Amino acid sequence: MELRTIHENCSGCSTCRLACAIENFQEVNPSKSLLRIEARFPAPGDYRIHVCDQCGECADNCPEDAIQLQEGVFIVDQDTCTGCMICVEVCPHDVMFEQKLSDIPVKCVLCGECARTCPRDAIVLIEDQESEVA
Amino acid sequence: MMYGYAGAILRVDLSNEAVRREPLPEFLVENFIGGRGFVAKLLYNEIPSGIEPFDPENILIVATGPLTGHFLPAGGKTHFGTKSAATGGYADSNMGGHFGPQLKYAGYDVLVITGKAEKPSYILINDDTVEVRPAAEYWGQGSITAEKNLKEHLGDEYQIITIGPAGENQVRYACISHDFGRQAGRTGVGAVMGSKNLKAIAVKGTGSISVANLKAAYAKGKEAFQKVKAKPGFEGWTPEGTAGITNWTNEVGVFPTRNFQTSYAEHYKNINGKAILDRLKITDKGCFGCSTPCGKYGHTQTSLGSAYVEGPEYETIALFGGNCVLKTIEEVAYANYLCDELGIDTISAGVVIGWAIECFQKGIFTQREIGREIDFSDLDSVVYLLNKIAKREGIGDLLAEGVKIAAEKTGNGSERFAIHVKGLEWSGYECRNAPSMMLAYMTADVGAHHNRAWVLGHDVAGAWTSVHDLIASGGGDEAQPKAVVSDRSAQYVIASQLTRSLFDALGNCRLQMMELGFEKEHYAELYSLITGMMKSWEELLKISERIWQLTRAFSVREINGFGRHLDFPPARLYEEPIADGPNQGHVIAKEDINKLLTWYYTARGWNENGIPTKETLVRVGLAEVAEDFEGRDLI
Repeated sequence: MELRTIHENCSGCSTCRLACAIENFQEVNPSKSLLRIEARFPAPGDYRIHVCDQCGECADNCPEDAIQLQEGVFIVDQDTCTGCMICVEVCPHDVMFEQKLSDIPVKCVLCGECARTCPRDAIVLIEDQESEVA
Repeated sequence: MMYGYAGAILRVDLSNEAVRREPLPEFLVENFIGGRGFVAKLLYNEIPSGIEPFDPENILIVATGPLTGHFLPAGGKTHFGTKSAATGGYADSNMGGHFGPQLKYAGYDVLVITGKAEKPSYILINDDTVEVRPAAEYWGQGSITAEKNLKEHLGDEYQIITIGPAGENQVRYACISHDFGRQAGRTGVGAVMGSKNLKAIAVKGTGSISVANLKAAYAKGKEAFQKVKAKPGFEGWTPEGTAGITNWTNEVGVFPTRNFQTSYAEHYKNINGKAILDRLKITDKGCFGCSTPCGKYGHTQTSLGSAYVEGPEYETIALFGGNCVLKTIEEVAYANYLCDELGIDTISAGVVIGWAIECFQKGIFTQREIGREIDFSDLDSVVYLLNKIAKREGIGDLLAEGVKIAAEKTGNGSERFAIHVKGLEWSGYECRNAPSMMLAYMTADVGAHHNRAWVLGHDVAGAWTSVHDLIASGGGDEAQPKAVVSDRSAQYVIASQLTRSLFDALGNCRLQMMELGFEKEHYAELYSLITGMMKSWEELLKISERIWQLTRAFSVREINGFGRHLDFPPARLYEEPIADGPNQGHVIAKEDINKLLTWYYTARGWNENGIPTKETLVRVGLAEVAEDFEGRDLI
């Protein structure tokens, strides 16, 4: 599975970010969202969606090997992680996050809730089969 | 535990930079819901009666509602309230965008700003950190420029509201701007902000809002999004947004043109929604949680310059494209951009400029007074006057007062065609053959604004229908039959005023309901699941009625000699038949205007002068207002 983004469909409503926070943290609090919407105004006047594409840069740079690939998703092992936040610094899409009151970085677990709730199909969850065909 | 709300009021006194937090009172939540309900109650209780709008003792309220910031279609509204710079009475103006949700995540439902800063300042809110900071470097900058610069300084995650030079110079129709194209446009809220030396407010919130039943509310929110998506208007209405109604308003002859001399503009297909899509649009631009974004962000190129701009939305098209007769969408968009940057409401500006041009044509203003020739269909004239108004230079100082005061000072019969009610300029629907909509404008609590009640469907199609269905059915472009004036207009107007104003209390956009026909009962369910207070839509409507009576009471108390005459439209609209177009020759006679008012007052429980009776105030739970009125000999 992977998340595909269609920037042209995004209107910056942040429904995805709120859904992400509710699904993953049971909070009405988009600041905990695990994806970013970049609003580029006044010019060029558009939106860019930044989601984790499971590139593995975080895992490659983790000094503790605390980030492991499990069924296509990089997962932070809370017991192994020391909270050095190197992964946050190296993430090419700025979608590894530090959260208040937590020593452990957080990232997308590919739950797909952002894609399911985007009202304009700007984020799409591609299943493996489709992904291979594509 | 208070669910759905952030649970706090933040008070900032700019005179001494004092910041105070207090719990959101339960009586406010139970009896006034939020948004404009909070505005109405706090204004009535806290403003020293009789002060001028630009007195430091006036207060500026920023209020969210219980649905603001939650997972549901379009919970992104923020309400601003104050003693009106336009009318001297009740004022609230709301905007979409992302500011209100962010304020709640920072922990505050309401922000109450009092006093006046010694020097230009802005307020920074970062969760619990609240500071009044110097804004000298931003003062004088346009609204968009200041927002961009503040974002660069503070970080993208801040949501920001700003005023432009018009607000700084207390132009009575200065707006508050946000998100590079959203405005709380009406009633001069930006002028009051400017009178307090307040350039901007920046807010960042990282907290969460408690929900009574999060699982059920989330499921219901998802269902609501799906049901909105299933409406025909989702595909049909959204692409053009509010501009999509331009063809229809011309076909049925309600498009204000040449300072309301007529109600049809021949060039309308050059300034409609399709023109935006074909020639301007870069992206849809949505407010928080909105699945049907009406915002169309694009780029315009004219002989006077080019600009990035959100819009134009319908009102700007009507008042610049119709009322000032700008003949291309590019020119309308450029006027739109300039208003946004200067921080001026496009509706009021379009009315004021239309009036000034007519005065010039009639010889009431001379070239020397204006500083040059001005004319309809001339972007140069519009740009010249907008800059003068924002700076209060020359003729701009008079025009900055709004069309009512400007006409009173100018005289020579110019009051007859100064198109306003109570001092607020008329928005984008001409009503000489639309008695229900005429009554809606006459009785809107902030002055001549369409957003309190929109009942053109009753006037033109004979029934309530969603705007999408209305547009889809077409206007016909034929001569319209003369509308019948009946007491049903009062019922339609009151029903619409209560419904639409309820959205303004809930902190939610009404467009999914109005434009697409999404059933309003869904919002009562969402309200109940989020707040834990089980209320039906009908029960919520009763609170909406209480709020309406309270906003009327505020204006009755604050406007000297308040009475029936203040609910009248200008003489042009009841004496002068429409010049041409589908409604040529139609006008609603003065006696019918009076009948409409009498039916409305009776249904509202007001006396013949439009003052709420004691019985009415007590019936809706405002006994303390009745008592206050008795003490002031108002009843």
